[in-house]
Amino acid sequence: MRKVELKGITKSYDGKQDVLKAIDVMVEPGEFFVLVGPSGCGKSTMLRMIAGLESITSGELALDGKRANALSPSERDLSMVFQNYALYPHLTVEQNITFGLHVKKVSKREQKERCKEVCEMLGLTDYMKRKPRELSGGQRQRVALARAVVTQAPLCLMDEPLSNLDAKLRAKMRSEIRQLQRKLGLTMIYVTHDQTEAMTMADRMMILSDGDVQQIGRPLDVYNNPANTFVASFIGSPPMNLIDAEMKDSVLVADGHWMTPVTAAMKQKIGSGRVTLGVRPEHISLAKDSEPGFLVQVANVEVLGTETLVTFDFGEATQWIAKWPGQSSVQPGEQIRICVDDRHLALFSAEKGERIVCEPVPDAKKVSS
Amino acid sequence: MTLTVSGLVMVFPILYAFLISFMQGGEVLQGSLWPETFSLANFVSAFDRVPLLTYLWNSLMVSVLIMAGQLVLCSLAAFAFVFVEFKGREWIFYLFISTMMIPWEATMVPNFQTVQSLGWLNSYAGLTIPFFAMAFGTFLLRQQFKTIPKELYEASQIAGISKLRFFTGVVLPVVKTTMTTLAIYSFLTAWNMYLWPLLVTNNEANRTVQIGLKQMQTQEIASDWGVVMAGVVMVILPTLILLFAGQKRLQEGLTQGALK
Amino acid sequence: MTTIQHELADRHVERKRAWSNWATGMLFLLPSLLLFGVFLFYPMVRTVYLSLFLTDSQGVPIVFVGWENFLNLFQSTSFQISAKATALFVLYTVPAGIVLATALAILANQKLRGIGLFRTMFSATMGMSVAASSVIWMFLFNPSIGLFNRILAALNIPGVQWLLDPQYALLSVSIATIWMNTGFAFLILLGGLQNIDQSLYESARIAGVSESYKLRKITLPMLSPTLFFVTTVSLINAFQTFGQIDLLTKGGPMESTNVIVYSIYKDAFINYNVGSASAQAVLLFVAVLVVTVLQFKIGERKVHYQ
Ligand SMILES: Nc1ncnc2c1ncn2[C@@H]1O[C@H](COP(=O)(O)OP(=O)(O)O)[C@@H](O)[C@H]1O
Ligand SMILES: [Mg+2]
Repeated sequence: MRKVELKGITKSYDGKQDVLKAIDVMVEPGEFFVLVGPSGCGKSTMLRMIAGLESITSGELALDGKRANALSPSERDLSMVFQNYALYPHLTVEQNITFGLHVKKVSKREQKERCKEVCEMLGLTDYMKRKPRELSGGQRQRVALARAVVTQAPLCLMDEPLSNLDAKLRAKMRSEIRQLQRKLGLTMIYVTHDQTEAMTMADRMMILSDGDVQQIGRPLDVYNNPANTFVASFIGSPPMNLIDAEMKDSVLVADGHWMTPVTAAMKQKIGSGRVTLGVRPEHISLAKDSEPGFLVQVANVEVLGTETLVTFDFGEATQWIAKWPGQSSVQPGEQIRICVDDRHLALFSAEKGERIVCEPVPDAKKVSS
Repeated sequence: MTLTVSGLVMVFPILYAFLISFMQGGEVLQGSLWPETFSLANFVSAFDRVPLLTYLWNSLMVSVLIMAGQLVLCSLAAFAFVFVEFKGREWIFYLFISTMMIPWEATMVPNFQTVQSLGWLNSYAGLTIPFFAMAFGTFLLRQQFKTIPKELYEASQIAGISKLRFFTGVVLPVVKTTMTTLAIYSFLTAWNMYLWPLLVTNNEANRTVQIGLKQMQTQEIASDWGVVMAGVVMVILPTLILLFAGQKRLQEGLTQGALK
Repeated sequence: MTTIQHELADRHVERKRAWSNWATGMLFLLPSLLLFGVFLFYPMVRTVYLSLFLTDSQGVPIVFVGWENFLNLFQSTSFQISAKATALFVLYTVPAGIVLATALAILANQKLRGIGLFRTMFSATMGMSVAASSVIWMFLFNPSIGLFNRILAALNIPGVQWLLDPQYALLSVSIATIWMNTGFAFLILLGGLQNIDQSLYESARIAGVSESYKLRKITLPMLSPTLFFVTTVSLINAFQTFGQIDLLTKGGPMESTNVIVYSIYKDAFINYNVGSASAQAVLLFVAVLVVTVLQFKIGERKVHYQ
């Protein structure tokens, strides 16, 4: 187990533009920490700086409380799994797994034993004499994992290790990696662009965009309380529905005629002018007869078996998605009356997209048209 | 049809040389195209009249030495260009490029003097060492090394493997085929070298087989074309076999070196 | 420690690492650099130096004469003949050789059964040494028993003194040279052809264009980087021709085939006029340099890179 601490870490490749901007984060020992964000936001860069493959422009990196900025990769006592697995094509699975162990002064006999052990753990025992090109994608992935595990380094870094696998295998490996990490008590820093992986695997996650930390927290906290519109639309599938709204008297008006009341306290926080209003798809339901609701036109319906995604036109240029449990019989083109659970409304400032309030909107009157 | 005709025209001189090497003196003078009997007499007398075996052995040694030297030096240099980052690397790379612009023939006079003052005339050292460094081979291998995913290098860095060990343990085995291509090319070129061996060897013990041909052609046996062609056949046989075996690989390798 | 001290310590470690990288890199490059230095850069500089001196027969510089070697060269008819022979030789061999090799490569790029045999045949000269090829062509050119004069005789045309007639010698050597160089150019051009994306031809087939249109609009443009490379190499090779001259004509008759490298060789190692040889070597260097630079200047604009 290993504690990793980043203090004001900044990276610039060209000396002009900062790819990472003053990152502060602490990864606790034994934690499964996921770094998630869209492609090009700097995830790999951050991971590679922790690994020592990339120099740190400014700030401090501490491993177990000790400054590690200038340590070489091998001095940091960590293992790493690469997106393309980085298996040596000319070596067998066994040789791949034990390659480099001699540097750590592991005797030949122990190398064999350790290799056998991890191969059993990962179901590779039958493939130890094969070359990487004679393996399937999933098996290669396991060899890469085995190579990381066999070093017994307390910190493991993974850079999009599952992105070359098909969806089904990916789901399986997610759970395997998680179990392995728990069993070995590894501190894990895991990079992915896939929010599902982040949500399902992380103890805590960090959402990165354009080199800036957007939010750090446990998956559910992030999901329920996104810090800004970026996180709101990045985490969750389908993402949170967003629309611009305006304060008029004591009601929020979206797109001219959709309204919702707010409390005085909220009103004060919002101030006057514009906000962005957000609601998760699962908080939009078909209005019961007694409930106030609004009429919308259905644009598309995706029935997934256990749930149904309904896309409908909301306002002039916006489409929202609602997620309902079960199999709905709603048809495209149909007019339906929907109801938004306003206890789960999220409000963001219009300029910066930052979350304004987290407390629920009062239950006085439902949103109505 | 065009294909067949042009193929025959292209190989005719070679084929003809083979045929003549089996002919008796009279047949050559009559201008026959096909030997009456395939006699090996010309080969026997070729080995008899000039120390062909010594020449062949010298050529073999020189070619193998040059090939080995070029493989070692080119792969070392290419490795540094791809996997070792250091200040001034760009600059040295341009230096390598600039060597391609210096025609080797323009430097032969001082080179001869250098080799002479080193006491390397009539020696394998003088015949081989000046050719060990080769920009083309370095570029070819550099191109190939660049296709090795950098993650392979990074994985070894994390494992704490030294650069030298990464070079010998990973890079060289991974690019075996390109190394073979370069080896074939090096051997062919070295075997066929003419001007430099002509300058730095002047006795029979150290002559290469190409200079042996010149000797055959200028001696009195020159009029005995069958014997001369037998010598020619002995000279071209090794390279032709090598070329036929490695033609596809050579073509791919050269195209790669030329274009990327 | 304070942050600044930490950073200083880090810098120190980084500097040490950078230095060790530099040392490693140089160690890997040193053998090549050393040999380039001793057998290429030094002799090049030395050649320029010698070209400004009168030397003794051993090539030891005696008197500094400045440009005199060059001036003498430009005034000597012998050098003028040599320069002309070189230029003509380049002109005879390069364009014809490239056209021939390209045609053969296009022929051999068809998908037919047994095409491998033809590829081998076309590339065969790559395995032929200059010496061996020259001996064979010497025989073909032989005035009394050579193949060419026999063919002429069969057609009732009087025989030609191929290598002995100043009118024909350079042409004869050029023909032999074109044949010798075809294998190499062919191999590279064939590789270039095979690198062309097949889907281009497929879409052309769907569009139903003619073969010559495909050749002009797809094959040649896509092949242009390869052609460009082959042209450069052929030009430089042509300037450096030696072996076939030495074996076939010895620069004769009447110096009609005394191309530049042969002229350098004769001046340096037969006439012991090292100053003049060096001056010619400098001119050869300049010529090759000009060709390369021109090629790149033109090439960058014209060539269609994939
Ligand atoms: N070696 C490099 N040199 C220059 N810029 C780079 C380099 N590596 C990455 N970048 C830039 O840094 C940014 C972040 O890249 P990266 O960390 O790879 O993103 P991610 O892994 O999140 O997709 C990108 O804009 C990328 O173009
Ligand atoms: Mg990445």
